[in-house]
Amino acid sequence: MINDTIAAIVTAMGAASVGIIRISGPDAIKIGNLVYDGKRDFIKTPSHSILYGKVYDQFNKKIIDEALFLIMKEPSTFSGEDIVEIQCHGGIIPVRKVLELVLRNGARIAEPGEFSKRAFLNGKLDLAQAESIMDIVNAKTEKGLEVAINQLQGGLSLLVNEVRYELLRLVAFIEADIDFPDDDIERLNSTQQLEKLIVQRDKLINILLTAQKGKILREGLNVIIIGKPNVGKSSLLNALLRENKAIVTDIPGTTRDAIEEYINLGGIPIKLVDTAGIRESENLVEQIGIEKAKEFITKADLILYVLDIIEGISDDDKKIILQLLNKVPTLFLANKVDLQYNQEKVKAIKNVLGEKELILISAKESQGLEAIEERIAALFFEGSLQVSGESIVTSTRHVQALQIAYDHLKGAINSIQNDLPGDFVVIDIRSSWEHLGKITGDTIEDDILDQIFSQFCLGK
Amino acid sequence: MDFVAGDYDVIVIGAGHAGCEAALASSRMGCKTLIITISMDNIALMPCNPAVGGPAKGHLVREIDALGGQMGLNIDKTNIQVRMLNTGKGPAVHSLRAQADKKMYQEEMTKELEAQDNLDVKQAMVEEILVENNVVKGVKTQTGAIFKSRAVILTTGTYLRGKIIIGDFNYLAGPNGLQSSINLSGNLKELGLELLRFKTGTPARVDRRTIDFSKMVEQPGDEKNLFFSFMSKESTQYNYSCWLTYTNEKTHKIIRDNLHRAPMYSGSIEGTGPRYCPSIEDKIVRFSDKASHQIFIEPEGINTYEMYVQGVSTSLPEEVQLAMYRSISGLENVEIMRPAYAIEYDCLNPTQLSLTLETKNIEGLFTAGQINGSSGYEEAAAQGLMAGINAVIKIKGQEPLILKRSDAYIGVLIDDLVTKGTNEPYRMLTSRAEYRLLLRQDNADLRLTEKGWKVGLVKEDRYKQFISKKESISREMLRLSQVMLNPSDQLLRDLLNLKQSSLLKNSISALDLLKRPEITYFDLIEIGYGDKELTNEIYEQVEIQIKYEGYITKQQSQVERFEKIENRIIPQKIDYLNINGLRNEAKQKLSTIKPFSVGQASRISGVSPADISVLLVYLEQQRRKGVYNNEK
Repeated sequence: MINDTIAAIVTAMGAASVGIIRISGPDAIKIGNLVYDGKRDFIKTPSHSILYGKVYDQFNKKIIDEALFLIMKEPSTFSGEDIVEIQCHGGIIPVRKVLELVLRNGARIAEPGEFSKRAFLNGKLDLAQAESIMDIVNAKTEKGLEVAINQLQGGLSLLVNEVRYELLRLVAFIEADIDFPDDDIERLNSTQQLEKLIVQRDKLINILLTAQKGKILREGLNVIIIGKPNVGKSSLLNALLRENKAIVTDIPGTTRDAIEEYINLGGIPIKLVDTAGIRESENLVEQIGIEKAKEFITKADLILYVLDIIEGISDDDKKIILQLLNKVPTLFLANKVDLQYNQEKVKAIKNVLGEKELILISAKESQGLEAIEERIAALFFEGSLQVSGESIVTSTRHVQALQIAYDHLKGAINSIQNDLPGDFVVIDIRSSWEHLGKITGDTIEDDILDQIFSQFCLGK
Repeated sequence: MDFVAGDYDVIVIGAGHAGCEAALASSRMGCKTLIITISMDNIALMPCNPAVGGPAKGHLVREIDALGGQMGLNIDKTNIQVRMLNTGKGPAVHSLRAQADKKMYQEEMTKELEAQDNLDVKQAMVEEILVENNVVKGVKTQTGAIFKSRAVILTTGTYLRGKIIIGDFNYLAGPNGLQSSINLSGNLKELGLELLRFKTGTPARVDRRTIDFSKMVEQPGDEKNLFFSFMSKESTQYNYSCWLTYTNEKTHKIIRDNLHRAPMYSGSIEGTGPRYCPSIEDKIVRFSDKASHQIFIEPEGINTYEMYVQGVSTSLPEEVQLAMYRSISGLENVEIMRPAYAIEYDCLNPTQLSLTLETKNIEGLFTAGQINGSSGYEEAAAQGLMAGINAVIKIKGQEPLILKRSDAYIGVLIDDLVTKGTNEPYRMLTSRAEYRLLLRQDNADLRLTEKGWKVGLVKEDRYKQFISKKESISREMLRLSQVMLNPSDQLLRDLLNLKQSSLLKNSISALDLLKRPEITYFDLIEIGYGDKELTNEIYEQVEIQIKYEGYITKQQSQVERFEKIENRIIPQKIDYLNINGLRNEAKQKLSTIKPFSVGQASRISGVSPADISVLLVYLEQQRRKGVYNNEK
């Protein structure tokens, strides 16, 4: 554990123009090189220099961000190990994406205090500083335990355990075949091994897809507020912010054209997008038209469609609503119920909505906000807002372990397709099994032997 | 009545496979050595199967040989069949196995011991280890003879309070009905050592003349010229076959009907048996849906009619055994010459040992082989060799020879035993080795000869051969990387067409061509790019290193990482109980096992990664404070 390479985001999360990801350890330069896309020879770059380049995701063949790469070679670094720091655009999303990519290329996410711990072990901190490191290490033991318990309860470990068990059985087949060549036991040929591997690989793909939902949990459910000008979209946004703890402030970014706010709504992290934030597009519906609205709609996990109960429903509203119905989960809100309003207007709206519920609110008076929260929570927990799969992969560590396990299974499949014998194939299967074990808890070597001896009748 | 009968550097108790290696290593390294056996007629006895080698076990034999041990040379001189197993798989799991002529094997080893300088062989029953202030001083026999020594190596096999069980009959005995050692066991307990009780078993030996081989499938050996030892040049002249047959429903019924008479099920066996070597009754119970089990009939030697019935070890009563054997196809009229039996014996909990195989509590007392909870001739020999080497090193005051898990199967074997302990007789398996691709039987000499040379066990002829082989390999690798192939070379084109290998567009090196799975070194010779002067061994190494380069490099970088933490040695003075932040379980486990390195500590069950973090930080703090200035 002291010899692997670790990485973490070292700048504070949230609004900042620059975010820094630090990689430290024997493979730091190698991993830096894997994500670096630029003109220079990364490996040969002298210590303590800076390279400009793109951050390239070779798994998905795309550029994630542009960044400065700081290369610092041991021993004159903070941790005493090779360090690469990637300075990319700030804000949660780019920084996280770069970190995830670094992890997928072989780094492990650093534990609290770990950079400092390494610095100490490599003689970079004095004894007084070291005492406090010890406290962090100790504290981590407790916290780690708590986290492990939480993880075990999830449906994720059930799914992962299922894949692990099947992989273990397959490992037992291959290992028994090697260690007991003369015994009369069932043996799998490479085609049978391949079939079994593909089944498990596909299961991992499905679990990884649920990581999308995990992403929702990490980055927030994308909730977009839509409505005609002056129906009270901004007031609603502010009201929701007031009532709920804002997680992060807005993310200013070159590609973003709306105000985004993060709130925690009944435990669900939500990214609220107020289309009123678009410059000079106060009257989105009229000016940009239905086409532009559609574009927003496609990005949304949930839409809050705001109507003015005084004005009632317009023809434009009707067109958009018809577009929305049955496409994206939408909550329809009739705002300004604190004013005198006509029941006929309400009836007209309800006619258009049909079965859909209309929530009466007053953003100004913070009325009806609880109803909104309840509906969102209900939609989310009943699964209407889920992406796919049943269990939720939440932690970056889990996603990383799954990703690596998946990559190893691909490696095993590749080995079989290249006609390599079982003892080569099994290396990747065992690695995959071990990485999945990091999610569920333990990876015990003896499990393999236990499995061999319970699966096969062996011996002289 | 007690009298001083001799004074030695090293005394080895027991002359089985562990004892022989220990005694030979010690005497060859220049220590005055005594080996004591209960019976001079049973030196290097093979009480169970008449074979040496197989997956992982064959690897061990090659490693023993590379370090200067005897087992490989001895089986090469006395085998009556050899086979290379797993040839359809990767080179790392190719495994040599030989059928031995048991008597010949014993005779050759006995000769070797008797002829060895610095080594005395004596027949006696040792009843007491002499210890003063936790330091070993010698041994005492049952006749009162005291032999003084500076180190004692216990290699008692299954003799310690050995008990043979056949059905409801049992008696105190070592393997094969030999005299067991009763009092030594009690003495070990008095010395404060924790004993375990294990069990193993062996099938019947039957009369060759009463077997109908026409009902069985012949299993011939490979061509000869396959050797365990890197020094052997000449094959024995024998090539005897083994024979394959199967149990059937009738056999299983006889066993089921008599299960209540099997000691395993009637409860009269207390010891723990191995899972990979179950008795036939065990197999029938645990795998009840299996309609038949395979049986190999193996010759015990060339001057005997005795045949070993592999697959049917049992402790059922003798008359049930006879009925059961006779239900097997080809054995209808078989006569049993020696019945099958189960044997129980005392052994040590191996976590009481350090990685040198010295007991932690008694200085100078080493143990090796089945007494350490292992099983198998090869596992025993490997430990015997290492205990012998380390006993001498200790006497000479040098650095111990500890093989890491990344160095050798021997390293895996010893680390597993002393770090994790075992709750059944431990057998070596290739799947136990993390770095299997690197720990091949073909490169055991490249991995270990240097180490054997440094401790003085490898002699000059072997060392010179090793150096020359090593140089030839790197020279040839370099040459192949420099020889460029011409794409229009007709011989080359013909070869590629013949092998259905794609034609070259550009010139590439011979080394790159050899990377193709379908191209062998001999193909290079065919088309004039190979070196005909080199040996098959060199071709093999060059091919493996080139073809599997990617995998090998990957594993090597894992090893580098592994060794970093493995090389962080823990000072033996450390007081785990006073380290804040270690969980209680970890404190206790670490205090008991006293790991040699942080790497070994991390493999102790009950020690978590968080504990290791705490330990690392603690060690560094202490180092800064200068606590361990006097130690490395």
